Amino acid sequence: MRRGEAKDRKSGKNGAVELEASSGDRRPLRHDEARAGNGAPSVRETDPTETIETTETAMGEPSAAQVKERGVYRSFGLTDDEYERIVSLLGRQPGYVETGIFSVMWSEHCSYKSSRKVLRRFPTAGPQVLQGPGENAGVVDIGDGQAVAFKIESHNHPTAIEPYQGAATGVGGIIRDVFTMGARPVALLNSLRFGTLDQARNRYLFAQSVAGIGGYGNCIGIPTVGGEVVFDGRYDHNPLVNAMCVGLMEHGQIATGTASGVGNPVLVVGARTGRDGIHGATFASAEDPHAKERSAVQVGDPFMEKLLLEACLELIATGKVVGIQDMGAAGLTSSSAEMASRAGSGLTLDVSRVPCREEGMTPYEIMLSESQERMLVVMAKGEEHVAQEVFQKWGLEASVIGTVTDDGLLRIREGDRVAAEIPVTALVDEAPVLDRPAMRPRYLDELLAEPELAEPEDYGRDLLRLLARPTIASKEWVYRQYDSMVRTETFVRPGSDAAVIGVPETGKALALTTDGNGRHVYLDPYAGGARAVAEAARNLVCSGARPLAVTDCLNYGNPEKPEVFYQLEQSAAGMSAACETLRTPVISGNVSLYNESHGVDIYPTPVVGMVGLIEDLALITTSEWKGVGHDVYVLGAFSDARGSRCGLGGSEYLALRDPANALRYAPPRFDLDAEAALQSLCMEAIRQRLILSAHDVSDGGLLTAFAECAVTGDMGADLHLAGGGALMELCFGEGASQIVVEVEPSFAPALESLAAKRNVPATRCGVTTGDGALRVSVAGRELVDVGVAELRESWRGAIASWMQ
Amino acid sequence: MKCAVVQFPGSNCDMDAVKAIKLAVGESADIVWHTAASLEAYDLIVLPGGFSYGDYLRAGAIARFSAVMEAVAREAERGKWVLGICNGFQVLTEGGLLPGALRRNESLQFRSEIAALEVVNTDSAFTRHYRTGETVRIPIAHGEGNYYADERTLSRMRERGQIIFRYAGEHNPNGSVDDIAGVINERGNVLGMMPHPERAVHERLGSADGSRLFTSILASWREAHAAR
Repeated sequence: MRRGEAKDRKSGKNGAVELEASSGDRRPLRHDEARAGNGAPSVRETDPTETIETTETAMGEPSAAQVKERGVYRSFGLTDDEYERIVSLLGRQPGYVETGIFSVMWSEHCSYKSSRKVLRRFPTAGPQVLQGPGENAGVVDIGDGQAVAFKIESHNHPTAIEPYQGAATGVGGIIRDVFTMGARPVALLNSLRFGTLDQARNRYLFAQSVAGIGGYGNCIGIPTVGGEVVFDGRYDHNPLVNAMCVGLMEHGQIATGTASGVGNPVLVVGARTGRDGIHGATFASAEDPHAKERSAVQVGDPFMEKLLLEACLELIATGKVVGIQDMGAAGLTSSSAEMASRAGSGLTLDVSRVPCREEGMTPYEIMLSESQERMLVVMAKGEEHVAQEVFQKWGLEASVIGTVTDDGLLRIREGDRVAAEIPVTALVDEAPVLDRPAMRPRYLDELLAEPELAEPEDYGRDLLRLLARPTIASKEWVYRQYDSMVRTETFVRPGSDAAVIGVPETGKALALTTDGNGRHVYLDPYAGGARAVAEAARNLVCSGARPLAVTDCLNYGNPEKPEVFYQLEQSAAGMSAACETLRTPVISGNVSLYNESHGVDIYPTPVVGMVGLIEDLALITTSEWKGVGHDVYVLGAFSDARGSRCGLGGSEYLALRDPANALRYAPPRFDLDAEAALQSLCMEAIRQRLILSAHDVSDGGLLTAFAECAVTGDMGADLHLAGGGALMELCFGEGASQIVVEVEPSFAPALESLAAKRNVPATRCGVTTGDGALRVSVAGRELVDVGVAELRESWRGAIASWMQ
Repeated sequence: MKCAVVQFPGSNCDMDAVKAIKLAVGESADIVWHTAASLEAYDLIVLPGGFSYGDYLRAGAIARFSAVMEAVAREAERGKWVLGICNGFQVLTEGGLLPGALRRNESLQFRSEIAALEVVNTDSAFTRHYRTGETVRIPIAHGEGNYYADERTLSRMRERGQIIFRYAGEHNPNGSVDDIAGVINERGNVLGMMPHPERAVHERLGSADGSRLFTSILASWREAHAAR
């Protein structure tokens, strides 16, 4: 869940916790190091034979001895090695409840045991960063004493089983992460992957996920302003639903998830605890979605969350809150352990005081429930009534369930009985960190240079077919189901390169985007990772923004496969390099592994969520062509003129023309420095007001970008390219680092000289026209002459026609 | 002109209404919690959009029983102006202050877009600054906006000019009977509409066509005020 904190906590001198590599992917785990610096005890000195329950409990739960004898821990997803490690950490056999708590805290989902070492390499610092990874969401400065909190999170596994609720609760969870920081959520985005729409199951998953995302966001009143959707057979049975939330706050308002101050009361607030979602975190760490249980999927209530949001923001504003934490994956267990861990404190909780939805819930069920719309709050001593008053106004409960201690223990009581007593460090700091073996997949060395495709008979017809590919086609069918306008600050609605929302009373705006291209990452993990960051930044730049920071969602297959782990390592390294170059540190994120089905892993799919700042509303730029008689320029080198950087490998066009061989060819090389220069040029040109529209060239290549500008602007164009290289690459190659811009002719010389100064190619291609046709010729040969209306029809109706 | 924007649990366009009233007519509206017993102090009462009580049971079906709705009915009876937007419209039909009902969209999907509306009747206090038959662009965002009234009610409403807005351009986004987007009560002081005029008060939002609804109300208030 909170992988960022793992990253933080394990950095610097705490590196002592790192263990030396050994044979196999399960290393012997040393447990004798205390967390450096905070003085919390690591292990209780106890008789190793002592157990917390020696016989079967009243609830019929297995005793500690039975947990071991019957191998109960294995059904919770713990390995034998991990069980032994728990025994030596505790100095005794863990009881049933304790085993459950360890199993979720040490699950891949909560502990990031496979990815921690990879994540530590992301750059996370910058002058704009107010809160880096480690909290519920990252926070960056936007001037005027204001800040933006944001984070992206996956909900892939629940969505594969129960798409409406899976997607809806993904949205609910990420919203809580943002308002927990004290920020008011102001925008939602998402990034979605589904199998191809010719399969009924994929259509069902797609339709229900979209409905679930809309159902939650629309009700709670936070606009869903942007996102992306890609369809590919590699996501059959394994859809990706990544949800991002962005919130605004003032600097002084930042709240954190810290349980400090001995004697301070701990409250559970919001919805009651039920039996839903027990072991969701564990199931999210298992491979086959079909083996996962539907009962592990939670059910969301956006109305409850709306009340919780308002109540929490009102409560935080009182200044009496010590710490606040969302109860997400692993519910009360992870929220309490993480809050205590951040403070180096302990907590004693009495589960009999947790308001429950049904009678007879056991400590095990209460600790592991993933019921939604709940928070854990630590108030200043004597101020619990403040919380109770605020929550009462909103018709919600706020119940004191325990206190902060200084003994470093998470102690769970049920009335007088102690159900669990575990050192917090054992749950969090001592969680396994794995050195997964990585191996370069063989397919990467077998990639061919360039496909030999027959030239199309008609480029115009191929362009129309490309525009009708669901990955490229208009996503109106999706975003018309999302309220994108509530809050009345949405200045650029879904459909342009990035969404733009206003920052009230500052004259500034934020540009927001999500981006990722799994196929490119699959074909070149390092460059693909860098490209994902670069594309997100390019989208923001095209909208008039300066990119500020990144939140990432790393969606991969089974990390126990060395080839998959290689993809993860390499793509994260590429992302890091791009983040460094573009000065956009990673401030929050999430990892989703085991995205595989029937032994087939998804494409390695890092998704980049990015936020940029637009200093002046007048600089807001969109992608559609604005007027007749304007010059159309392409900034950046053409796909056919880059030497080794050319090619159709990885392109949507190749997937269209030759689907069976779409993964056999290397993608174009990616040049990070050229990309940075291009973005800097575009930013400066917009700042000098030289540009009327800007559109990033991505999926579908240059002709697709031209067509999109034409269709959305309802404007034709006469364009003439010099050519000289391979025609199909020029038209459809996805070499990245290109932007189509529209310029009023009198500003063209200024743009050209700016570009020349920065050593970025700027090529005039022609003019926009009012005759309703897009014409493109290369080296005097007319390739495309298609009516804009015809282009629109292909592009706009494609997804709807599949979904009827 | 004193303005109140009622806040139910689950309202989410309340602040947007306050902002729009400020921007369009310069008045500072008060947010009034659903437990309020009196709205006597106000000239205009806005029931905002959102999902009051989560839209559970049926949109507006629970909110109509809140304490504040008794006050709304009382002030409507006194001739105060009441504007129900989206969920507010649903609350007004559920509460019997307006005729008809709002069913789920024909598509069974939520619809969010900027809709073209025909201003059918400009004699109302809410629409005097529009031209009859004019097409305006105002956002919609709803899952239950499919207006229904039986034929007898409809013909009566037509006769009395109670149909204020229709979806224009042969694009009916929700299946409403007679393309109805907004209706007024017989007395002419309670307007309900699915489109969100408060979201169309600045070109940056894609349209400023909603502003004139608020300036119309202010002009009507001034006229009534001057006459007193």
